[in-house]
Amino acid sequence: MATHTQVNLPLPLLPEGWAGEKDFKAIGKLSAATQRSIEAVGPHFLAHARRARHKRTFSEDDRIQAQENAKKVEDDDSGEISEPEDPMMLSRDAKDWKQQDHYAVLGLSKYRYKATEEQIKRAHRKKVLRHHPDKKAAAGSTEDDSFFKCIQKATEVLLDPVKRRQFDSVDEGADVEPPTKKQIKDGKFYKAWSAVFKAEGRFSRVQPVPKFGDEKSTKEDVENFYNFFYNFDSWRSFEYQDEDVPDDNENRDQKRHMERKNNNARKKKKVEDTARLRQLVDDVLAGDERIKKFRQEANASKNKKRLDKEAAEKKAKDDAEAAKAAAAQAAKEAEEKAKADREQGKKAKEAAKAAVKKNRRVMKGSVKDANYFVDGAAPAAAIDAVLNDVELVQGNIDADETAALAAKLNGLKIAGEIKNVWSEEVKRLVTAGKIKEADIKALLKIDGGGVF
Amino acid sequence: MAVEGSSAAPTAPAERHAIGISIGNSNSSIAITVDDKAEVIANEDGDRQIPAILSYVDGEEYTGQQAKQQLIRNSANTVAYFRDFLGQDFKSIDPTHCHASAHPHEHESTIAFTIQDKEGDEKSTVTISEIATRQLRRLKQSASDYSGKEVNSAVITVPTNFSEKQKDALNKAAAAAGIEVLQFINEPIAALLAYDSRPETKVGDKNVVVVDLGGTRSDVTVIASRGGMYTILATAHDYEFAGVHLDKVLQDHFSKEFIKWNSIDPREDARSLAKLKLESEAAKRALSIGTNASFSVESLAEGIDFTSTINRLRYETIARKVFEGFNRLVEGVVKKAGLDVLDIDEVILSGGTSHTPKIAKNFQAIFPESTTVLAPSTTPTAINPSELSARGAALQASLIQEYESEDIEQSTHPAVTTVKHLSNAIGVLSISGDETKGVFNPVLSAETAVPARRTVHVAVPKEGGDVLIKIVEGGSHIKVTKVEPKQNGKKSDDEDDSSDEEDSDEEPEEQREKVWKIGNVLAEAAVKDTKKGGKVEVMINVAADLSVTITAREVGAKGGVRGNLSAP
Ligand SMILES: Nc1ncnc2c1ncn2[C@@H]1O[C@H](COP(=O)(O)OP(=O)(O)OP(=O)(O)O)[C@@H](O)[C@H]1O
Ligand SMILES: [Mg+2]
Repeated sequence: MATHTQVNLPLPLLPEGWAGEKDFKAIGKLSAATQRSIEAVGPHFLAHARRARHKRTFSEDDRIQAQENAKKVEDDDSGEISEPEDPMMLSRDAKDWKQQDHYAVLGLSKYRYKATEEQIKRAHRKKVLRHHPDKKAAAGSTEDDSFFKCIQKATEVLLDPVKRRQFDSVDEGADVEPPTKKQIKDGKFYKAWSAVFKAEGRFSRVQPVPKFGDEKSTKEDVENFYNFFYNFDSWRSFEYQDEDVPDDNENRDQKRHMERKNNNARKKKKVEDTARLRQLVDDVLAGDERIKKFRQEANASKNKKRLDKEAAEKKAKDDAEAAKAAAAQAAKEAEEKAKADREQGKKAKEAAKAAVKKNRRVMKGSVKDANYFVDGAAPAAAIDAVLNDVELVQGNIDADETAALAAKLNGLKIAGEIKNVWSEEVKRLVTAGKIKEADIKALLKIDGGGVF
Repeated sequence: MAVEGSSAAPTAPAERHAIGISIGNSNSSIAITVDDKAEVIANEDGDRQIPAILSYVDGEEYTGQQAKQQLIRNSANTVAYFRDFLGQDFKSIDPTHCHASAHPHEHESTIAFTIQDKEGDEKSTVTISEIATRQLRRLKQSASDYSGKEVNSAVITVPTNFSEKQKDALNKAAAAAGIEVLQFINEPIAALLAYDSRPETKVGDKNVVVVDLGGTRSDVTVIASRGGMYTILATAHDYEFAGVHLDKVLQDHFSKEFIKWNSIDPREDARSLAKLKLESEAAKRALSIGTNASFSVESLAEGIDFTSTINRLRYETIARKVFEGFNRLVEGVVKKAGLDVLDIDEVILSGGTSHTPKIAKNFQAIFPESTTVLAPSTTPTAINPSELSARGAALQASLIQEYESEDIEQSTHPAVTTVKHLSNAIGVLSISGDETKGVFNPVLSAETAVPARRTVHVAVPKEGGDVLIKIVEGGSHIKVTKVEPKQNGKKSDDEDDSSDEEDSDEEPEEQREKVWKIGNVLAEAAVKDTKKGGKVEVMINVAADLSVTITAREVGAKGGVRGNLSAP
């Protein structure tokens, strides 16, 4: 039993961090097993039996128990096909086999198009066991074998897939009538129509066929159902109802005529059947409460959508307006502020100007107070020179320096102190390169004038 | 399946001379095993397929081919197609095939035939059991004559739906013929054993379909073959499509031809019909070998001789409905077993009708190319399908004949044969191109009887290193991909009278493949430090209680991992 299968696709690498006790991790357990019988045949079985028995002896009880546990593979022949046989049917003549209900003959009325091939075979066998003429003869009966022929014919038709379809196409026994008004009133709408369309669905080339459903079906399912049946692809055909075509060679025209007639009849029936189904679907659709319900729901949802849309539009509009107003307000405020700022600036400037003017007056006042740094009445040239320097200084300093200088000069009455302040200022400006020493006529010559 | 020992006095193993017997409704065969090789024995007429028929003429008993010829002139005293009647009530038998020979009837709560089997005019009522005994006695005689030693025991094959009551009846009938039945085995299992016993057959896991197409019935069996142990998963029995229905096709064909010339229906006269039947069967067999067969009957009806021919193509056309019946039967039982045609590894054709080339060809079309269809026309080394059952029986006989009857009884006891089978495959994951997705590699197949043990060797990644052994359960399903059909410019013929349904060409072709789905994770293990280009051996051992032992080790290296999963 050493099967050494080779696998060429490689094993995965061990994931990072994988850990198991002694490199093994038990994770699950085997799924439940099936008890089955192995065949007591072959050398490998004998080896198994030796191991399994191991000097043990089994009893009849062991046998029964083991057999009960084992899954059965042979089907029970009994069951299912046990319809009572209608005496009328038993006296049928096999010659009108075309009119016979093949399913009923085999006892499969309950199954019809749903009967599996296996069921048909079994049903046939059951009927043969009962009705074979040789058996009846053996039992001393002299009945004719007419019904046995019916059985054979039914089987021939039903075990031939082509013939079976032809018969199933016209098997009225499988038709389900649409419900009456009363049935619908009694609340059988879904149940009854389900049965109708289940039966109609047998003709569909496309399987499975969507179910009719009930009041709880979803819109999608219902739409699916109607789409399916409005586009029904049917294999139904009507050759089974052909009139017999003469089998002899003499009447060839007659034969051709019959064939043409049959062909036309088949086509006509097919067209009628398509129309019939369409009408059926129209009828059920007209009375289908689900369709109304879905329409109402759709309307309600449409309305809701409209309202929602309107509300949204209004909100958008309101929002836009509010935004606009806010923007206007902001602009206005900004403008006002700018205006205020502007005014403020003007005032300050004026004040500064005034201050400068005042300070300049202080400066000029200071040199005047110091009598232009001469004793006695100051000659015009001296006054000129001093005022020239003062104006030079004033022209080269800004408002702050003006204010600072004025502050220093303010209150000074002594000519020397005044002169000191001025000469310091002149020096500062000369050092800073703002004025040239040469341009200064009076205020720098501290030592020269002999003033002190 | 064991035999109630009481009716046949058990022979001591040393005194046994056992053969294999296949007894059908149509034919029987006998086989012996010499040096582990089974061979089917020809009877005194040189036939290996011995028609299971008894016929009496002036008190003399004929069997086989000679008895079959009596169906024409002496049908009332000829008993045929009786095997399935054994152990049944008259109520539950189908007498259809006995219509042209002695009819069965009810007799003292059993079934009997009333025939003139002795000299003189007196008729006797011979029970089914006695008929079977007489048939078996003849088989025993042929086998004893061949081997020069009295045969006293046998393994006999039966259909899988043979009831205990039927086996009981057959056992008693054999005992009365001086044959101790060592064991009854199922016909399809015998056929499989016949193939598996060939020295070139490797023991492995496979799903096998045995299609036994006989004369009056067709039986199909799906078998899980796991390490030489066999489990039947599904069966189907069909009495509507079998060898006689092919005979019927030819009968009708030649009758129509005869009617055309002579305006006489040969089927309306019993003797004409008997001739027609025998010659139809002969033509059918000839068509299995040649592409033409002649059909020739002297005085077919009202003294008119009839000669005709038929070629194989014509035959295959008129027999199509029966062939298609076989196809549906086979497809149906595969489905019934919960399998798909893609799950089937081997199809064994057994039974006389399996000689027909077209049938084997049809099966080749149903199953994928990977499935081996074992039939004479598809596999040159195939075993004669008519001999499979008897050969298998002979092989089994040689395996068990040395055991005491009591031992055989106990070893075949249901307490031994009823065992747990895995519901899912168990396998190990490896990786393909896509690193994230594991690929399931089955190690143990579903439907393996436990205890069972299997080993695989799995490659390691290119560079070696530490590897992960992940053991999981796996289920398979069928993936269908639609392939657009190639437009082959075929015009669709007039819908209305196209009884030939050729329109399957128009549908988009489907490509079907079996894919594994990873299920329940059972365990993980690590094998460390594997070498470049190495292999890891993984062994999975499932015990009878479904506990599992897993071992993994690098091939050629020491040590390894071992772990257990407790029983569920
Ligand atoms: N070479 C052949 N070609 C075609 N059919 C054949 C060939 N040989 C035998 N047969 C047919 O096989 C059938 C018999 O099959 P087999 O010997 O397996 O029967 P069986 O198992 O006894 O039958 P039954 O199903 O009635 O129990 C007959 O219908 C016979 O005509
Ligand atoms: Mg057989």
